[in-house]
Amino acid sequence: MGRKLLTEHINVPGIDTFEVYRKHGGYRSVEKALKTMTPDEVVEEVKKSGLRGRGGAGFPTGMKWSFLAKPVGVPRYLVCNADESEPGTFKDRHLMSRLPHLLIEGMITSSYALGANTSYIYIRGELLYVLRILEKAIAEAYANGFLGKNILGSGYDLDLHVHPGGGAYICGEETALLESLEGKRGNPRNKPPFPAVQGLYARPTVVNNVESISAVVPIINDGGEEYAKLGVGKSTGTKLISACGHLNKPGIYEIELGVPVEEFIYSDEYCGGIWKGRDLKAVVAGGSSVPILPKELILKTAAGENRLMTYESLSDGGFVTGTMLGSGGFIAMDETTCIVRNTWSFSRFYHHESCGQCSPCREGTGWLEKVLHRLEHGHGHMHDIDLLVSVAKQIEGNTICPLGEAAAWPVAAAVRHFRHEFEWHVTNPAEATRPGAYYSSKAAVGV
Amino acid sequence: MAKITFDGIEIEVPDGTTILNAARKIGGNIVPPAMCYYTPIKGTGGKCRACLVKVAAGSAKDPRPMPKLVPSCITTVQDGMVVENTTNQSVLDVRKGIVEMLLINHPLDCPVCDQAGECDLQNFAFEHGVATTRYEEERRTFEKIDIGPYIQLHMTRCILCYRCVYTADQLTEKRVHGVLGRGDAAEIGTYIDNIIDQDFSGNVIDVCPVGALTDKTWRFKQRVWFTKPVNAHRNCSHEKCGGRVVLWYKGKDVLRVTARKDEYGEVKEWICNECRFEKKETADWTIEGPAHIDRTSVISANHYELPVLNAQVIADLPESSVRDLENNPPLKLGR
Repeated sequence: MGRKLLTEHINVPGIDTFEVYRKHGGYRSVEKALKTMTPDEVVEEVKKSGLRGRGGAGFPTGMKWSFLAKPVGVPRYLVCNADESEPGTFKDRHLMSRLPHLLIEGMITSSYALGANTSYIYIRGELLYVLRILEKAIAEAYANGFLGKNILGSGYDLDLHVHPGGGAYICGEETALLESLEGKRGNPRNKPPFPAVQGLYARPTVVNNVESISAVVPIINDGGEEYAKLGVGKSTGTKLISACGHLNKPGIYEIELGVPVEEFIYSDEYCGGIWKGRDLKAVVAGGSSVPILPKELILKTAAGENRLMTYESLSDGGFVTGTMLGSGGFIAMDETTCIVRNTWSFSRFYHHESCGQCSPCREGTGWLEKVLHRLEHGHGHMHDIDLLVSVAKQIEGNTICPLGEAAAWPVAAAVRHFRHEFEWHVTNPAEATRPGAYYSSKAAVGV
Repeated sequence: MAKITFDGIEIEVPDGTTILNAARKIGGNIVPPAMCYYTPIKGTGGKCRACLVKVAAGSAKDPRPMPKLVPSCITTVQDGMVVENTTNQSVLDVRKGIVEMLLINHPLDCPVCDQAGECDLQNFAFEHGVATTRYEEERRTFEKIDIGPYIQLHMTRCILCYRCVYTADQLTEKRVHGVLGRGDAAEIGTYIDNIIDQDFSGNVIDVCPVGALTDKTWRFKQRVWFTKPVNAHRNCSHEKCGGRVVLWYKGKDVLRVTARKDEYGEVKEWICNECRFEKKETADWTIEGPAHIDRTSVISANHYELPVLNAQVIADLPESSVRDLENNPPLKLGR
């Protein structure tokens, strides 16, 4: 088992209280940053660490921070994106509910680095119990002088607010999140201007994922170079992977980036193999929006190399034979999974969650869902399969925000790798619509 | 000033101009269509994706192409920018896809729709779309909603361009309608049963690109191409209203009053509800003369102006037909 930077003390009883957290080395990074470092040094440290955004896009956090416009006399904001709602991803919820102070510590250090005096945690509306945990932890941090005016006598002030969302997936998109935070309808904004120039209340803003902000804590404690020693190549440090699906041991694992996918699925240290002794059929490696890959391609790249849990290795081969690390929502599907049904299920989600602002996504997500529904329920035609690819292509790249792509990619990838299953649904509607039916290369079996 | 190349044509425009407005300065068939953007209303644009263009070179300083197609209505020009619209096949293909997307939930009820003949979506589909549909499922439908004494909302036809929301926000005292719901279940609504009757609210009818918001004093009175548009003005007591309008005549009756629009369907001077809904006698107005209707439009097919055949249509005609037309012109040739 590799080193754990974030979740080392997650199972310590009472770690969600200030005293216990402090006893286990908590808030060291705040002390170090505020007393011995300038804000620019903190940014430099994060740059050195090579930390990449953990929310899905994998954009280098240090670089994002350095893009922040710093006009004189204008407030800047740090917003933590805790609106985790991607199907298959549930790492931030765990991290926040068990280690609320880790996020708060990261928020203080990061806000200091960016020069923000007011910061927000925008949390998914459904996670109301986590909101309470965070609010309690924030109150403790205020009481102990880590938030408020003149933190630790350094002259730096910070107010931290938690704001619950209204339960929309789209509010996890950074500009929709800012709109929602401003009290408006959560429609993504057109970019440019980017949030780094005009974000919250038209002020320069950085929006970071919970895990990215939490990772700032070990980076400042041990130094960016130390952090960069973990991992492979440009994928440095550790990553929380929320593994679910047909695994023996689903759960949240903090892995050192670079673990082979095969080891992650089959070793007892991690997921412990596929349940009921079955065979693996497919994996969605980074939350429902990334392309699905069949067993052959997720374990080994098209070139025959072992696939590793890194940003680069998983995207090896582009979308033809690769996928993305995304937000780390690892969904494994055994041989009894119906890919058409699964794709329909994902599609239904995106149809429901499209904000309806731009036409390709508003109309396209519904269209995809309806065609998939038809295929799954035995009313499909052969030409529907090409229609899916064509509609997905019409959405992709033409929308305001990435939700269009998130809806199009899984459909396109499912047809790309599992076309035979779609065809089987068209040619054998009676068999395919039996409850629990799935396609198998050996024989189509009902369960 | 910034110099840009649009479809091979160079033009110099002030900094901060959008690509679409730069193209409109050139004019003609290279202008990208716009379904949601409305120059006089702040905040509009970027939603319908009809005006997507390819930026082949970002600027003179940074000549890299932009990775994705960009909405020309909200992307501002940079000096040295090279933009491809009709010269880029991928742009035209995407536009075809946008027409298809906009039409899948739009009822094709043009024969009974009041907007037919002056409908942006109709023109857009006619110019850029295909004649068939691949959509087999049921379309979404809504009941017609009465939202006040003058305006009817038929949500089924709405393409969610948000124009009316921004217009009401910026022109009227208090906006009572907005977008409710999300995705393809999103709808324009007055929460819960509010009535839109503020002054200037009638302008939402003019900005609506489709027949979703219609004038109740005009509904079903006449097809628009059978009416005669006439420019007129009156001394309106309302300080914000210039009283310069278009009267739409059938015989000697004024069937409706609208604001004057330019060739891209944009109102330049807003009019108040009194001018629009309550002054329907010739005696209320000073007549200036026939209104000029630009572009290929069925409205102009009937009177005053001959429709202009665009260059593409002429290019597609056989040589002999072109000669016939030139010798005996029923239409003005646009070249």
